[in-house]
Amino acid sequence: MSHEEVLHSHEGHGHDDHGHHEHHETFLSKYVFSMDHKMIAKQFLITGMVWAVLGGLMSVLFRLQLGYPEASFPWLESILGKWAKGGQITPEAYYALVTTHGTVLVFFVLTAGLSGTFANFLIPLQIGARDMASPFMNMLSYWFFFTASIIMLSSMFVETGPFSGGWTAYPPLSALGDASPGSKSGMDLWIIAMALFIVSSLLGGLNYIATILNMRTKGMSMTRLPLTIWALFFTAVLGVLSFPVLLSGMILLIFDRNFHTSFYLSDIFVNGVGALSNEGGSAILYQHLFWFLGHPEVYIILLPAMGMVSEIMSVNSRKPIFGYMAMLGSLFAIAVLAFLVWAHHMFVTGLNPFLGSIFVLLTLLIAVPSAIKVFNWLTTLWRGNIRFTPGMLFAIGFVSLFISGGLTGIWLGNAALDIHLHDTYFVIAHFHIVMGVASMFGMFAGVYHWFPKMYGRYMNNSLAYIHFWVTLAGAYLIFWPMHYEGLAGMPRRYFDFSIWESFKMFADLNRFISTVAMIVFAAQLLFLMNFFYSIFKGRKVTTLNPWQANTLEWTTPIRPGHGNWPGEIPEVHRWPYDYGKDGQDFIPQDVPVGANESHGH
Amino acid sequence: MSNVTTASSTEAKWWGGGKSPFNVEYGKVMMWYFLMSDAFTFGAFLISYGTVRFSTNGWPDPNEVFRSFPFAPEGVHAPLVFVSVMTFILIVSSVTMVLAVHAGKNMDKNGVVRNMIWTIIGGIAFLSCQAWEWNHLFHEGAWWGQNPFLNADGTASSTNFTNFFFTITGFHGFHVLSGVVINIIMLIMTLTDKFEQRGHYLMIEKAGLYWHFVDLVWVFVFTCFYLL
Repeated sequence: MSHEEVLHSHEGHGHDDHGHHEHHETFLSKYVFSMDHKMIAKQFLITGMVWAVLGGLMSVLFRLQLGYPEASFPWLESILGKWAKGGQITPEAYYALVTTHGTVLVFFVLTAGLSGTFANFLIPLQIGARDMASPFMNMLSYWFFFTASIIMLSSMFVETGPFSGGWTAYPPLSALGDASPGSKSGMDLWIIAMALFIVSSLLGGLNYIATILNMRTKGMSMTRLPLTIWALFFTAVLGVLSFPVLLSGMILLIFDRNFHTSFYLSDIFVNGVGALSNEGGSAILYQHLFWFLGHPEVYIILLPAMGMVSEIMSVNSRKPIFGYMAMLGSLFAIAVLAFLVWAHHMFVTGLNPFLGSIFVLLTLLIAVPSAIKVFNWLTTLWRGNIRFTPGMLFAIGFVSLFISGGLTGIWLGNAALDIHLHDTYFVIAHFHIVMGVASMFGMFAGVYHWFPKMYGRYMNNSLAYIHFWVTLAGAYLIFWPMHYEGLAGMPRRYFDFSIWESFKMFADLNRFISTVAMIVFAAQLLFLMNFFYSIFKGRKVTTLNPWQANTLEWTTPIRPGHGNWPGEIPEVHRWPYDYGKDGQDFIPQDVPVGANESHGH
Repeated sequence: MSNVTTASSTEAKWWGGGKSPFNVEYGKVMMWYFLMSDAFTFGAFLISYGTVRFSTNGWPDPNEVFRSFPFAPEGVHAPLVFVSVMTFILIVSSVTMVLAVHAGKNMDKNGVVRNMIWTIIGGIAFLSCQAWEWNHLFHEGAWWGQNPFLNADGTASSTNFTNFFFTITGFHGFHVLSGVVINIIMLIMTLTDKFEQRGHYLMIEKAGLYWHFVDLVWVFVFTCFYLL
């Protein structure tokens, strides 16, 4: 039997086995150990939401401390116990909260929750496949993530508390158990959780890549893929190639913690421990290994949002995406540059200034593809027949935030400026706007836009509009003032600023930021209510294609079963952006090219 | 079979979907991407090793550290002889793996079984050699955090020599162990006619990719720890 036949027989297997007949599914096989990509996507989404609530709650707690450093809240002690002795969050608890907030939001919400949800949900539906290349690995990917979640959660309940040395886990705080309470078993659990998370992301990423490359339906060439799929593809490649470096870093860290090695430790003096007997290690080595993941991680978070925004904008502007190939090329350029800029996080750690200048150049180069994308989004909107659906609003909000946060990136990318701004609130403001909130907006856009496909019902628009405006205004009100605090030199990761004369003028501003943060957090509960209420009671979807979009997921039944299409998978005849062509509002991808149709794509 | 050929010839420039674009089955795509990912893991380890080593003043001479041979009289001077034998065993096991994959392409079950057994024996032999070497070094006082060897110039040496040696060769040994387990599973699947029923031996080929990768990594590990 030849190679071709092997490939073909596999393909045939995928086509005919599913879709036609109903599986006899139990509760366990349908909702828990599901191998249906749509269910796994929902599992990722809901686990991500739980983490988002927990991570957001942590930020409310530490903002409470920053906004009201002198006040005491007895109710805090009744919920947090020894973490808030006398109604005030202790310094240890504060550091634990900021560390866990960062870890959870970056990895568990915006990596697993975002690409786990939308890669799983959209890849098979938009490329025209019955399921992922390996549904079993896909299920494993979720359960590794779930186990990582449980372990990370359990680290908050150990006696010495969770890790508290910052989400970047720099040694010596992370490598030396005696360095702080949070460096003890909380850190071991943190490392184990991260290692499991890396396995989960590897299993998922391999699956996404193989599915996109190999499982496309007939006619779906690479340049006919929706931009969502291209973005998810580059995201998966970034994850598959950068997370293993973090794994190496974590393994060396485990040895330093438990087996008396000196990879990251040298003969330094640590407060409370004394002079270390280690020699020859390099703490900066860890920073290199961490940021070799850490920087691509920024794009792992951002690219899926960019892809979904491109798709949602085109659909709701009723116009083709402007510059499809330029969008694709800039995604590729970002993916390549992502690996070449990591040391811009290390300008003040003793990096050779000459090397620093090379990283400045490479960092500023990223502005080029980023600007191409921004201009293409704006020109897609230009003279479009815009429908302001909640998904569309969040997509536009994403672009706004990406511009605002991206511009400050040009400041921080310059080593000379970064020496002043490093580790100040300016950095906090920059990355929260450009990466954190912007990607959350991408995620919200995706949820609002694809909710009808996920659950066969609509979410409530009025609640969604309130959610959008409060979140957008809140995001700017929280993070915009932080730029000024940062320019004035206010450092990040400080427990209490009230003892410094130079930062006293920010006391009111900090209180204001904290108040807005709580309002924005409350607005997210509105979203959660809307989401869960609409799953069961939302207005039912009655047409196959409620957004009148071109992509293949809208050719499936309103509630697609396992296998997605009941009959044959549709064949693709055109790219996904034929909006407003030849006087027709939209032409779905599975419509054959007509005889009189104008050329173009 | 002929309809497959015609279908693929109609697609001129871009692959048109429906069948595989690279004429590769998805599992092999996954394996290649996994190997790239794993290469980054080992790359990170070896670059870390290089960084630390080049910022250290002295380093032990591998010809002095790795000069023992099993069952040879104490004090015998056989620099790098034993590790050369280990390397040779691993490379030969790669050759037998190639033969197994080749036999699989010809649907020759006996050839697959014979060569897989040789490959598994080679893998186990390599692991045994590594176990002996670790044990020997341990009895000389070397372990994580302990380095009894002197630098080439006679000064006291950094423990990072042994730290990196045991971590990286251990991580590689773990990969060889996983490879042996995979190969044993492949052997069992071959013996129970799983691949005969499927009509192809692609799984053997994928296991082979992994095995060759582990072999290739050893070449780098060997160079970094024993030769440089």
